[in-house]
Amino acid sequence: MNGIHDLGGMTCFGPVHRENDEPIFHTDWERRVFAMNFVALAFLGPVDRLRHAIERMDPVDYLTTTYYEHWLDGLLRVAKDLGYLTDEEIETGHIVSIKPTPHPPPNAEMAEGLVRGGMPATRDGGRSEPIFKPGDKVRARNIETTGHSRLARCVKGKVGVVTAHHGSHVFPDTAAHDRGESPQPLYTIRFEARELWGDNVDRRDCVHIDLWEDYLEPEKTEATRS
Amino acid sequence: MSDHRHQHDSPPSPYHRSDRTEARNKELAARVEKIESLLIEKGLVAKDALDRIVDIYEHDLGPMNGAKVVARAWVDPDFKGRLLEDATAAIAELGFGGLQGEHMVVVENTPRVHNVVVCTLCSCYPWPVLGLPPAWYKDPAYRSRVVIDPRSVLAEFGTAVHDDVEVRVWDSSAEVRYLVLPERPSGTERLSEDELAKLIDRDSMIGVTTVAVR
Repeated sequence: MNGIHDLGGMTCFGPVHRENDEPIFHTDWERRVFAMNFVALAFLGPVDRLRHAIERMDPVDYLTTTYYEHWLDGLLRVAKDLGYLTDEEIETGHIVSIKPTPHPPPNAEMAEGLVRGGMPATRDGGRSEPIFKPGDKVRARNIETTGHSRLARCVKGKVGVVTAHHGSHVFPDTAAHDRGESPQPLYTIRFEARELWGDNVDRRDCVHIDLWEDYLEPEKTEATRS
Repeated sequence: MSDHRHQHDSPPSPYHRSDRTEARNKELAARVEKIESLLIEKGLVAKDALDRIVDIYEHDLGPMNGAKVVARAWVDPDFKGRLLEDATAAIAELGFGGLQGEHMVVVENTPRVHNVVVCTLCSCYPWPVLGLPPAWYKDPAYRSRVVIDPRSVLAEFGTAVHDDVEVRVWDSSAEVRYLVLPERPSGTERLSEDELAKLIDRDSMIGVTTVAVR
C-alpha cells in the first residue's frame, strides 16, 4: 500500500532530534507494550502481519504518536482482526469470550529461546534458483502494491545493480495476508542517488535496498527495448 | 558540492512528539495495564515471559556487543575477513545472534566509502549486536531524509564527509540486518581489544558518526 510509513525521500520532517543518554524505554508502559508484542507474536504473527497493521494506522496518528504507541495500535488491530480481542473488552477490561489458541502461550524459557535462536527468514523450498546475479542491471518494477509490501515507492521504476543474492526468503507481500510464505530469491540492489532523486543530483551517493525477485525485472538495453 | 536546500524547505520539526505530557502517559499506562491483564487472563501471553523479555532487552543486548565485534575485527584480520564474508557466522563466534540478527551483513568504512544504515519503512535494526534502536532512528525525520540527503543528516550528527567519499546508505527493507564497521582511528595502535571496544559507540555502528579517540 502507498502508506505514510513509506517515508524514504521526503524532506519535510525537519532535523533529526536526539536525546542524550536516552533510556531503552522511557516509561513502564513502553516496556510492557514491547514485551506483549514480542510474546503475542506466537499467535499474532508473522511479523509481516504486525508491520502491516502499523501501516494501516491513521496517517495523522502515525506521525503524531510515539513509536510504542504504534506497536500498541498494531497489537490491538491484529488481535481484533484475528478475533482474540474485541473493542468492548479493550474498553471495559472485562473478558466477553475466549478464542482458543492453537498452542499454549510461550513461557519465559520459550520466549528467551526465541530471542537467542531467532526466526530465520530463509527457506530451502520455493523458488531458490536466482534469475539475477551480482553485477546484473535490474529495474524495480513499477507495480501497484495493495496490502503489505516492502517495495518502497522511491525505487519503483528505477534502475539499479545487483550487489548480493541472499538466498530464498519469505515474501512479505503474501506472508502478511495468509497467502503463504512464497519464498523467493532476495537481492541487495544498489541505486545511484541521481537515478533515485533527479538528474540535477551530483553527489557521489547511493542507496542499497533489499528487494525480492518479484519486485524486479531485467533492465533491457536501449537496443533491445525498441 | 554540499546541498542545504532541504533544511531550508523544512519547518522546525513539526512531527517530533517524544515529549509526551504527564496526562497522556498516565492514560497510556492505564490502558496498557488493562490490555496486559486481558491478554494474560485470556491465556494469550504469560507474565513470566513478558518479564523475561524486558530483562533481556534492558540488560543483555546492546551496543556493547557490537563494539566487541568491531574491536575484534580491528585487531584480527582473519576475523575481519570472515566478518565481511559471512557476518552472521563471524558474529556467532563471539556468542551473539538470534532474533533480528539472523541474516547479518557488515559493511566497512574506508577512506573512500562511508556507510550509514536506515529502515525507511519501519524500524529494522540488528538487535543482538546493538540492542533496541534509539527514538531518532524510528522517527520520520531520519527515515525520510537519510536516503535522499545523507550528508546533511550526517552533518547534524557532527559528521563531515568529504566530497570525494562515497556515502552508501543501506535501507533494511527485508530481514537482512546491517552493521557498520567503522574505521579504526589513528593513535590507537597500542590499545588492547578491550580498550578499543570502549571507544566504539552505537552511532558509529549505525554509521551516523565515526570513532574518535576520547
